[in-house]
Order: sequence, then structure tokens, then C-alpha cells
Amino acid sequence: MIKANHLYKSFDGKPVLSDISIEYKPGECSLIIGASGSGKTVLLKTLVGLYKPDGGEIWYENKLLTALDSKSKKELHKEIGMLFQGSALFDFATVEENVMFPMNFFTDWSLEQKMERVNFCLKRVNLENVNKKMPSELSGGMQKRVGIARAIALNPKYLFCDEPNSGLDPSTSILIDNLIREITQEYGITTVINTHDMNSVLEIGDKVGFIYSGKLLWEGSSRDILKSECRELNDFVFASKMAKLLKSYV
Amino acid sequence: MKKSLQLIGEYYLLMRQVFQKPDKGRIFWKQYAVESQKLILDSIPIIGIISLFIGAVIVIQTANNMGNPFIPKMYVGYMARECLVLEFCSTMIALVLAGKIGSNIASEIGSMRITEQIDAMDMMGVNSANYLILPKIAASVTLSPFLMLISFFLGLIGGAAIVIFTGIITYSQYIDGLQFAFKVFYIYYSMIKMAVFGFLITSVAAFFGYYATGGSLGVGRSSTKAIVVSSVLILIFDLVLTELIL
Repeated sequence: MIKANHLYKSFDGKPVLSDISIEYKPGECSLIIGASGSGKTVLLKTLVGLYKPDGGEIWYENKLLTALDSKSKKELHKEIGMLFQGSALFDFATVEENVMFPMNFFTDWSLEQKMERVNFCLKRVNLENVNKKMPSELSGGMQKRVGIARAIALNPKYLFCDEPNSGLDPSTSILIDNLIREITQEYGITTVINTHDMNSVLEIGDKVGFIYSGKLLWEGSSRDILKSECRELNDFVFASKMAKLLKSYV
Repeated sequence: MKKSLQLIGEYYLLMRQVFQKPDKGRIFWKQYAVESQKLILDSIPIIGIISLFIGAVIVIQTANNMGNPFIPKMYVGYMARECLVLEFCSTMIALVLAGKIGSNIASEIGSMRITEQIDAMDMMGVNSANYLILPKIAASVTLSPFLMLISFFLGLIGGAAIVIFTGIITYSQYIDGLQFAFKVFYIYYSMIKMAVFGFLITSVAAFFGYYATGGSLGVGRSSTKAIVVSSVLILIFDLVLTELIL
């Protein structure tokens, strides 16, 4: 379980996150939604410890992230997998080396054991025969899948995904979403996904939090979202003509 | 002034992060070998070409400026050797390296920063600064003094070649000059300077790359800053080290 209490974060005096309190449970896909520039990515990076909050607490089970020393923080990070918006695959390494990277640092496995795990992770994300390819040789969707394979390489307890389907076509987006949901349920991972894709919200969102101007304005399930009376949320959800048309049927 | 102090502080904090025990020694040595190839061995051709030509030019210029018949011709070789060992093979080569490997390091690490690859390493619990920067600094500090030796040797060969081809002085006069009042200490002095310059080039370039912001333009800016700052620091440290050692 991850719990954030009264989080504040600002850059150059400009507040980006303001009094955010939220809780994420294992085995659930929790989504953070909001318009571009609303503070979603900052919230995600603050939750994982890449940004230090100006105020507030972040708890991972009984560990207070904001009070951990660098060694304990490093230990905690071994339990966290993260998929970045642009995949963030190491461009100096092949697909296989990318997935093996955390294993090289934090396990004493033999090469055979590492290869077995690499092949398992790649197979789990429906990627085969790409081991020796460089990230630049892969499509966007394949890169995301390699990113997921790398994120789950060490069996993480927590998975964070920053806009996992940005730049992908709708069918590949659904594929990635379903993959994240399957992995979350299969391994009982606490998954937090940052997105502004409404298809993802309806497809995999067990719990949804809406961020508006750095504040958590609404929280609920993906089913509740269509019936919400929060004006800012409705403006966000029903921004397109198609969504407006859909609303008239709801 | 405030900004400069802030930069120095950030540089110090980064170096503290860099100079920690590597997570795995095996990975460090593998990276050390990769960086040695990339930063030092791959620089030998350009350093070699520059050294050969500069050695030849120094001999021609010195010979043309020593028209006085009372000055023995062997002093051309002596002057060429002293120029090469004292200044050219360390400071000038370091300035060339600042351009070649400095921009390479700053743009490589900068690109990794803006594409979140460094964040990805930090998220895994890997000390990204240590993994990315320490092998580069180690390779540069330990091996760039050998680049200086190669440069010195090739500079002398360039001088010898021009002596043979033009007959500006005789070959034996040139060799006599090279052997005249030779101080081995000057070689050590130059190697020490080169090791310090190697540290400055790699650490400064890595610093600007590591904190690059603002997309590809930002990477370009950090690369330019890395070259400018490391070049200025090379000149300052050249003066300081010369005053201290000689």
C-alpha cells in the first residue's frame, strides 16, 4: 500500500502540487488523470522519490519515504518498477541488456538464470525474438512493452507508469493497458498510472484521481466518473464531440 | 556570483555522488574498459595527426627565427622538445580533448537526462552518477597521461621528418638538440598536468550533461558550456600547476 498525506511541491516558488492526500492499494490499477500541465507527472515523480516534496508524507507500507536515508531509499527503489513516458530504454544497450540491467546490479544470478528471467519477462509482454535488437529498431508500442518487461524484471511490489499509452494508436494502447492490468492482478502489485487517455480510465481504472491545477479535485471509481458533478472533471472527460455524444446516452 | 557559487556547490554534490564505492566492481571495470576505448584510444588518431604536424611546424618556425650564426643549430631540436613537453603535449592536447571528448560526454549524458534514462537508473536504485561518470573520470585520469607521451613522441617524429625532408638543419643536429639538457622531470610534470586536465574535462562535461534541461537545445547548450568552462579551467590550472610544480 502507498499512502500520501498532504503533499506540497513547488518549482521556483510556483506551486505545482497542493495538499494532495491519496492512498493506493495492492492488486489495483489506480489512475491519476488530468489535463497537460496539471501536475500529474510531478505527483508521480514525487511519489517515487525522484522529486523531494516541500511538505507532506509518503508512506510505502510502514516506511516513510520522505524520512529514509539514501541507503534505505535505494533498497525501496529495488521494489519499485517504473515505466516512463518515452520508455526511457537505455539506447546503448540491446533489448536483452535493458531487461537484464537491474539484475546485473542487484542479483547474484548466473548468466543462464538472468537469461531465463529476461526471456520470461519478454514473453510475458508478448515480445519474442527481439533480444538482440536495439531500442531504436523497435516501434513505440514495442518499446513500451520492453519498458514494462524491464520494470517487472525484479518482481516489483509497486509499479508506476507515466502515460503508458502516449503516442500509441488506440489498439496498441488497449494492449498495453490490458498488459498492465494483468500484471497488476497476477502479482498483486500496487500500480499507479498517470494518463489523460479516457479509454484507459474506462478500461483498467479501479480507482481514479483527478488532478486540477495541482489539487486532487475528485476521487472515485471509473464507473462513477461519467456521473460526476465536478464541473472541471466533466470539462476534462467530455472535452471531445464524441465524448459529449456519449454523455447524452449515459 | 551567486549563480557561480551555486554551480560550484552543485558540482561538489555531484562529485560526492560520483566518488562512492561502485555497486558492483565487475560492472565498473567493464565500463572502465568501454570508456577507455571511447575516450582515450579513439582519440589517438586525431592527437597523432595534430602532434605530427605541430612538431614539424615548431621545428620550421624555430629554425627560421634562429638566424644568428652564433647560436648552434642543435638548439632548434632543443627548443622543439621543450615546447612540446612543457606546453603543447599537455595543455594544447587537453584543449583539443576538451572539444572532442568533452562535447561527447556532455551530449551523451545530457541526452540520457532528457530522455529520462538517468531517472530510470535512479528509480532502479542504481547510483546513476557513479555508474555513468566514475568510469569516464577514471579512464581519463589514468590514461590521458599516456596520450601526452604519444603526442610527445609523434611531435618529435614530425620534427624529425621535416628536418629530413627539408634539410633545414641536419638530422644529427636535431637529435643532438633533443638530447641536450634533457630533464625527465619535465615529462612527469606534463603527465601530472595531463591527469589533472583529464579529470577537469570529464568531470565538468559530465556535470553539464547530468544537469541538462530543455530538450535537444538544452543538450547543445550544455555541450557548449562544457567545452568553454573546461577550456578556461585548463588554462587556469595550467598556470597554477606550473607555478606549483616547476
